[in-house]
Amino acid sequence: MGFWEQFADITLATIKDVIPIVVILFGFQFGVIRRRIANLRKVLVGFVYVVLGLALFLLGLEKALFPIGRLMAEQLTDPDFIRAWSGPSDMGLRWYDYFWVYIFAFAIGASTTIAEPSLIAVAMKANEVSGGSIGVWGLRIAVAIGVAIGISLGAWRIVTGYPIYWFIIAGYIIVVIQTFFAPKMIVPLAYDSGGVTTSTVTVPLVAALGLGLAETVPGRSALIDGFGLIAFASLFPIITVMAYAQIAELRTKRSKITD
Amino acid sequence: MRVGLLALSQSMLGSLRDLAPIVLVIAFFQLVVLQQPIPDFFNLLVGFLCVVAGLTFFIYGLEMGLFPIGGSMAYEFARKGSLFWLLLFAFALGVGTTVAEPALIAVAAEAAQVAAAGGMIAMEPQAQLEYASGLRYTVAFSVGFAIVLGVLRILKGWPIQYMIIGGYLLVVIMTFFAPKEIIGIAYDSGGVTTSTITVPLVTALGVGLASSIKGRNPMIDGFGLIAFASLSPMIFVMAYGMLM
Repeated sequence: MGFWEQFADITLATIKDVIPIVVILFGFQFGVIRRRIANLRKVLVGFVYVVLGLALFLLGLEKALFPIGRLMAEQLTDPDFIRAWSGPSDMGLRWYDYFWVYIFAFAIGASTTIAEPSLIAVAMKANEVSGGSIGVWGLRIAVAIGVAIGISLGAWRIVTGYPIYWFIIAGYIIVVIQTFFAPKMIVPLAYDSGGVTTSTVTVPLVAALGLGLAETVPGRSALIDGFGLIAFASLFPIITVMAYAQIAELRTKRSKITD
Repeated sequence: MRVGLLALSQSMLGSLRDLAPIVLVIAFFQLVVLQQPIPDFFNLLVGFLCVVAGLTFFIYGLEMGLFPIGGSMAYEFARKGSLFWLLLFAFALGVGTTVAEPALIAVAAEAAQVAAAGGMIAMEPQAQLEYASGLRYTVAFSVGFAIVLGVLRILKGWPIQYMIIGGYLLVVIMTFFAPKEIIGIAYDSGGVTTSTITVPLVTALGVGLASSIKGRNPMIDGFGLIAFASLSPMIFVMAYGMLM
C-alpha cells in the first residue's frame, strides 16, 4: 500500500472515531445550550489540526515504531537470545535470566510515556490550573517512572507466574495509604494520571511485549498471562505522582526549617 | 502568520525532544543489545517524521479547539444550571467516546477468544462476536456512568478519595468471585477506555466545571473524571464475566 493511500485510510478512521464526539459536542451546543460558539472558526480549525495530527501520529507509529517495537519484543523474549546471555546451562531459565526484558520494559515504558499526547494535554492543564506549582515536566517524568516500574514489574510477573491480583491489591493498598499522607491538591490528579498514560503509544508496544513473553515462557498462556501489563502501567503512576508531590512538599518544609 | 509559524516550529522542536527518548531506547537495544541492523531505514525515517509532525499538530489543535470548547461548554452548562442536560451530556460523552474506541474493540475481541478457550462460551464465531459486542457496550455504558458520577462529584464537592477507595474495595472483592479468565482483561479494560481525544476533552470539561462553580477548587475538584472512567470498567467487566 502506498504512503498516501495509507494516510488517507488512517485519516478516515480517525475521522470516524472523532465523529461521535463532534456530534455530541455540537448537538448539545446548538440543541441545548443554544449559544454561538465564540471563535467558531478557530475551534473548527483546531479540530482539523487535532484530527490531522492524530492521523499523522498513528501513521508514523504504524510505519516506524510498532514494527520495530514488536520485532524487538519478539527477539528479546526469544529463548535463544536469553540463553546467549545467561550462559550455557542445562537447567531451565530462571527469572533473572530475563533481565534484558525487564530493562527494555522499563526503558520503553518510560520513553513512550514521555511522548504520550494525552499525558501532555493533562500536564498542560494541570500546570495552568495549579498556577505553575505543578510543573509540566515534573508530572510527566513522575508518570513515566510509574509506567516504567509498572511494566517491568508486570513483565517479571509474567515470567514468574504469580497471580496478577496480588500485585494489584498490594498497589491499591499503597495508593490508599498514600492518599492519606499526600498533599490534598495532588490526589485527584494522581488518580487521573493512571488512566491517562495508556493510550496511543504505550498500549500496542506493551501488549506486544506481554504477548511475546507469555508465548515464550514455559507454562504461560498467551491468552491469560498476556493481559495485565496495561493494568500495571495504569496503577503505578498513581503511586509515583503522589510520591512526587510528597517529596516536593518535604523539600519545601526542609528548606523552611533551615531558613 | 509569522507568529503562527514561529509557534508551530517551536512546538515542533518540543515534539522532537519528546520523541528522542524512544529513538534512543530503540537504537540502543537494536544495535547494542540485540546487535541487529536497523531494518528498512527509509520507512523508519518517514514514519518518525510523521510522528513528529502529528504530535505537533495534535498539541497545536488541542489548545486551539479542544480545550476552549470543553471549557466553554462546561461554563455554559454551569450557567444554565440544568442538571438533567449536564448529566445527559456527560453520559453521552462517556458512551460516545468509548464505544468506537479501536483499542477497546481489539481488547473485546481478544477477551471473547479467552472466554471461548476457557469454555465460558461456545467456540463458534457467532457466540464470540456476541460476547465481544456485549463486552464493548458494557464498557461504554460503564464509562458513561463513570463520567456522570464524576460530574456529580464535582457539583456536590464530594471528596474523591472515599469514592475511589470504595471502588478499589469493590474491585478486590469481585476479583475473588469473577471467573479467573476475565480478571486480566477486566484490569486492562480500565486503561484502554481513555483515548487520546477523550482525555483532553474530559479534563477540560472537569476543570471548566470546577472553575465555574463557586466554592470549587479546579485543582481538587476538576480532576478525577479520568480516574472514574478507568475504574468503573473494571467493575462492570468483572460483573459481565460473572453474569455471562
